[in-house]
Amino acid sequence: MFDKALSGGRAYWLWLAFLSVIIALGISGYLRQLEYGLGITGMGRDISWGVYIAQFTFFVGVAASAVMLVLPYYLHDYKKFGRIVVLGEFLAVASVIMCLLFVMADMGKPMRVLNVLLYFTPHSIVPYDIMVLNGYLVLNIVCGWVTLEAERTEVPPPAWVKPLIYLSIPWAVSIHTVTAFLYAGMPGRDLWLTAILAPRFLASAFAAGPALLILLTFLLKRLTGFDSGREAVQKLTTIVLYASLLNFFFVGMEFFTAFYSSIPEHEHSLTYLFFGLEGKSALRPYMWISMVAGVSAIVILLFPRGRNNDRWLMLACALIFLSLWIDKGIGLVIGGFIPNPMGTVVEYTPSVTELTIAGGIWAIGALILTVLYKIAVTIKTQAA
Amino acid sequence: MNKSRRNFLVQLGSAALFGAGTAAGIHSLTATSAFGATPTGSPGIPKGTRWGMFVDMARCEAGCSDCITACHTKHNVPDFGNPKDEIKWIWKDSYAKVFPTGSQQFLAQQLADKPVLSLCNHCANPPCVKVCPTQATFKRADGIVEMDFHRCIGCRFCMAACPYGSRSFNWRNPREFLKQVDAEYPTREIGVVEKCNFCSERIGTGRQPACVETCKTQALVFGNLYDKNSEIREKLRTRVTFQRKPELGTEPSVFYAFEAGHV
Repeated sequence: MFDKALSGGRAYWLWLAFLSVIIALGISGYLRQLEYGLGITGMGRDISWGVYIAQFTFFVGVAASAVMLVLPYYLHDYKKFGRIVVLGEFLAVASVIMCLLFVMADMGKPMRVLNVLLYFTPHSIVPYDIMVLNGYLVLNIVCGWVTLEAERTEVPPPAWVKPLIYLSIPWAVSIHTVTAFLYAGMPGRDLWLTAILAPRFLASAFAAGPALLILLTFLLKRLTGFDSGREAVQKLTTIVLYASLLNFFFVGMEFFTAFYSSIPEHEHSLTYLFFGLEGKSALRPYMWISMVAGVSAIVILLFPRGRNNDRWLMLACALIFLSLWIDKGIGLVIGGFIPNPMGTVVEYTPSVTELTIAGGIWAIGALILTVLYKIAVTIKTQAA
Repeated sequence: MNKSRRNFLVQLGSAALFGAGTAAGIHSLTATSAFGATPTGSPGIPKGTRWGMFVDMARCEAGCSDCITACHTKHNVPDFGNPKDEIKWIWKDSYAKVFPTGSQQFLAQQLADKPVLSLCNHCANPPCVKVCPTQATFKRADGIVEMDFHRCIGCRFCMAACPYGSRSFNWRNPREFLKQVDAEYPTREIGVVEKCNFCSERIGTGRQPACVETCKTQALVFGNLYDKNSEIREKLRTRVTFQRKPELGTEPSVFYAFEAGHV
């Protein structure tokens, strides 16, 4: 089946070559980081996690969102998702691989990372996150690949894959819940110390992931003529809309609790992110862009004339993705460190090398996604 | 009849006492040894050792940094010359920074102006130990929160978890920034976390921690918190002391006093 990825047009190969260049740049950046140490990034004593861990967190969400296709299709027999469910599973595969790479890029001693398994520590959240992420990766590769293979050979999928598909549904929820627990259990980091962190993670995931998927379906239609079906896209749009509403509802709850209670530690990070603290406000414009983009997208999607128009729909999905990428992929993780435990505001700017490495990982994700989608679309087009 | 009733009441009373004692014992167990057990004996104060420090800010001199120099020299702590990459085991900061959740309004001059010592609290309930995925940071039976530099994977989860900013990471090669090397303590590599170890390498050989030994005003007292006859317990009995961020339940083993005590 992999042979489908090895034949393509000029644009396909040019795109892969372009991604390979970005990946090569990322690898060279990583080699520099290995040599110099993580001091080559913008991270430091006070902001000890940066772009890598923030992007890891965001893409766990994108990965988890595959369940928004798997669940209606397999559990509710929503047939319209039949053409795109594998696109969701393959998006999850690419996303989880990116997550694992972002974590590896962040390790001070990457060659020792297997110590996590060697010295399994039940009271740490990390080993559980490693287990659920790798498990989810395997589940989506197997479920996606086997059902696609069955489609290619025009036979029903083997019976043994059904339980795995059902297992992948709660498993998707688990990856983002456990990822939220990485943050939500730490005393003294008040932006993260909130019981709705996991629900908020899930809501933003189920908005950003399907929004990206809608954009990808439009892209596939333009590039390959592969039609995901109008009704499937409309259903996804509904999911994006309600998940976005839930996400902003949760954000509002955070604001209420922090500012109505007026407890300084609960206010500080939010104040820094949205208004600036002690004269420092590097993230303020991004947070407001995120807020305005998210709310605008919701307004577009609320009106039938907006969500039923392809251009408006694409704009809304791009805005939602941007909004949540900033909110979770920058603000949430960086903001948790500001102010530092001594109450001092220290800011963070990623370095060029750091962004080059992150760019390399995005390119690896895009490359994996391109190859997997090439295979899926080729098979589905031939079958049809 | 009367006798048996009396016996019954005595038994009931001792059972109640026993129950209360057990409850207290369970409490001290859960409170102090959730992660990395401390040997627990009778209810109240457990047996064994829990090393702690008493910081007498009334004696500590504002302009002095002898303890900092001694600690950083003995433990081969490099100086990178910038705050981003900085590694520090013990340092001074304002009261407002060291006690950010403490009382802040209308402060007495002795609190407002004086730099306060800050170091690892060697918490009885350390969040850093809880989150570490490899037990590279762990709590010893004597209460010291220790680091294994050879096991640390450099994930920096402990830095996110520490509510006191007591942990530093080797963002760069520390060996290139050491003016001299003390052979008694290992130097570190790129990519591992480090922090104050209460001089475990020194107290193992019967010596006091370097900071305590160096202090010329005897502002620092080191000792066993579980030994009620120890000097540190004497200080805690007679002075009004504070732990940093006690509301987080980490139970720091470093105690601060700000007002001059009776001699």
